[in-house]
Amino acid sequence: MSENKIDSIIEKYRGKPGALIHALTEIQHANHWLPREVLHKVADALEVPFSQAMQIASFYKTFSLTPKGRHEVHVCTGMTCHLRGAAKLMEKVQELTGLQPGETDAAAKFTLEAGSCLGSCSIGPELIVDGKHYGRMSPEKAEDVLNRYE
Amino acid sequence: MTRLQSAAELEDYRAKLLSVRDPAKPCIAVCAGAACDGLDSAAVASAFAAEIKKQAVEAKLDFRVTGCHGYCNKGPNVIAGPGDICYFEVKPEDVPDVIACTLKGEVLDRLVYRDPVSGEKAVHMNDVPFYKHQMRILIGDIPRIDPKRIDDYLAVGGYASLTKALLKMSPEQVLAEVKKANLRGRGGGGFPAGLKWETTRNAPEKTKYVIVNGHEGESAAFMDRAMLTGNPHKVLEGLIIGGYAIGAQQGYIYTRHDSPQMAEHIQAALVQAKDLGLLGKNILGSGFDFEVELHFDVGIFVSGESSALMRSIEGHTPEPRPKYIRTSVSGIWDKPSNLNNVETWANVPEIIGRGADWFTSIGSEKSKGTKLVSLSGNVVNSGVVEVPMGTPLRTIVFDIGGGVPDGKAPKAVHLGGAMGGSLPISMIDAPLDFDEMSKLGAPIGAGGLLVMDEDTDMVEIARYLLDFLVEESCGKCVPCREGMWQMLKILTNITQGKGRKFDLDRLADLAEVTSLGSLCALGKTSSDPLKSMLRYFKDEYEARITAGSQAQ
Repeated sequence: MSENKIDSIIEKYRGKPGALIHALTEIQHANHWLPREVLHKVADALEVPFSQAMQIASFYKTFSLTPKGRHEVHVCTGMTCHLRGAAKLMEKVQELTGLQPGETDAAAKFTLEAGSCLGSCSIGPELIVDGKHYGRMSPEKAEDVLNRYE
Repeated sequence: MTRLQSAAELEDYRAKLLSVRDPAKPCIAVCAGAACDGLDSAAVASAFAAEIKKQAVEAKLDFRVTGCHGYCNKGPNVIAGPGDICYFEVKPEDVPDVIACTLKGEVLDRLVYRDPVSGEKAVHMNDVPFYKHQMRILIGDIPRIDPKRIDDYLAVGGYASLTKALLKMSPEQVLAEVKKANLRGRGGGGFPAGLKWETTRNAPEKTKYVIVNGHEGESAAFMDRAMLTGNPHKVLEGLIIGGYAIGAQQGYIYTRHDSPQMAEHIQAALVQAKDLGLLGKNILGSGFDFEVELHFDVGIFVSGESSALMRSIEGHTPEPRPKYIRTSVSGIWDKPSNLNNVETWANVPEIIGRGADWFTSIGSEKSKGTKLVSLSGNVVNSGVVEVPMGTPLRTIVFDIGGGVPDGKAPKAVHLGGAMGGSLPISMIDAPLDFDEMSKLGAPIGAGGLLVMDEDTDMVEIARYLLDFLVEESCGKCVPCREGMWQMLKILTNITQGKGRKFDLDRLADLAEVTSLGSLCALGKTSSDPLKSMLRYFKDEYEARITAGSQAQ
């Protein structure tokens, strides 16, 4: 993503310390992670100490301080999915990607996350790739789904 | 759109809308709720749009994409009108047939509900077992509304309660009505909303805030999302009425960032309400000014706690604070801030519109109105359910839910998510009532209801829930951060066959200290599931520990 886009997000919130979370969320959504220099830029523009920007960025799970893969893979570990076999699904996805939750592979293809409940419980267990839901997943079907991503 | 200046202008606007809408006109509503979306209802919706265009029947057939219809595991759901004919598991290739039948006023037999045992058909919504035992006051309109069109909400009578409150009632009268209705908070505590409103109203500061808590971090709870995504204007109408009664000038809607569809619908609702003059300065000529801002949670469970949520709106990390002074007196930027859950706010237009006496005629003795329930787990029919308070759990699990799938026996029901409790199936006749369920040790919480079958390992469930909470603790209170961690260690050992003789006593000790030494409900009630399990399933725990120590 271009620096211009990040700059334009930052410009929107210049001088508004209360909008720190809004600004970081928008950058996270657009850029998928928050580089340190960007946090500095945000802190300067919004007139908050860098430590505060860092505190927010490191506290909330949504923010990532490291680059993510091209595809974000979530295995829902919410309660219904858990009752319906999410642990086995997770095991299989870990085996297929070679990743533990929170990790990104060396080729930056996948980032694996143990996702919290997204409310599609009726079709659990669920695999979510880049926001697209794949319901009623079995370990076997998971392989087909992941193979679709380059 | 021009701003409406008075109640009369709003009614004129509504009359014009209704004059061009024919209730007898065939219509099709495709569900785009969270589960249907996951089952690719978007493909079904675009197939409808394309086919309607191809056949050039736009004038003869209304088509809309709506929020959650409720019967999630049968998705993609389609409802055809008039007559609310329910079609389930609709695929894009079924679309031409559905359109043909709907235009002819016929029923497409192959897509209607069939009883899995008797094979008996159910065509209309009121005949389908999943819907027929419900009372859908809050969510009933969702299939009739395109959430991105305020006109659809106005066509079903929306914002009439707002007009009544602003122009025919004083703020005191609105407050009195909500108090009389005994509306209790749907977010978990069941605290009377009217009393909370009154505290904020009476607080000496001039600037006041009202907040919709749409965080819904509770695992396996999805009814607030369905409500807010499917009919955002109803929640907004409640919030504006609340702002008027309390004397607030500013409202906040706080919700999840990870549901783009919900964010889009709320944003559209705010813009359209403002364009029509239902938000902003001098609403409908009443002299009441009110603005609403949307805020997002960015991914931690504890930010659904009221004081943490308010810190988050201020732009800080969501750490709860002691509540010697309640947030209703000193909340966002130390101003009085009244926070209620999505479902609580959605009840307000109904109470003002139909009156407190009507509201109190529904429900049990001390819990009035209806309750939204997210029914899931090991259950045949899962989805969003609305039943009168006091409905026996049996009705929800068996009559609506259809029992446990795959011929297995039910073992337990779990209510209230990670800080709730589990009841053995023998207690299935207990009523869904705030006080009754609390007494049994399984408080309703926000309304997530999970059914667990005979294969469920209750020790593992307690371990799983603590594992979730350990990650979600903000870490401010040491007993919460460390106590849960220790409990988790002991439970993990028990599940691995490494349980020791006095483990249950140690767990009880830790549970007590963690509860006493934590500021917010996360720590205070983190051991509630465990307590309920030790109350009803102690044998299972003891057997695991004994088996473990023998193996060693």
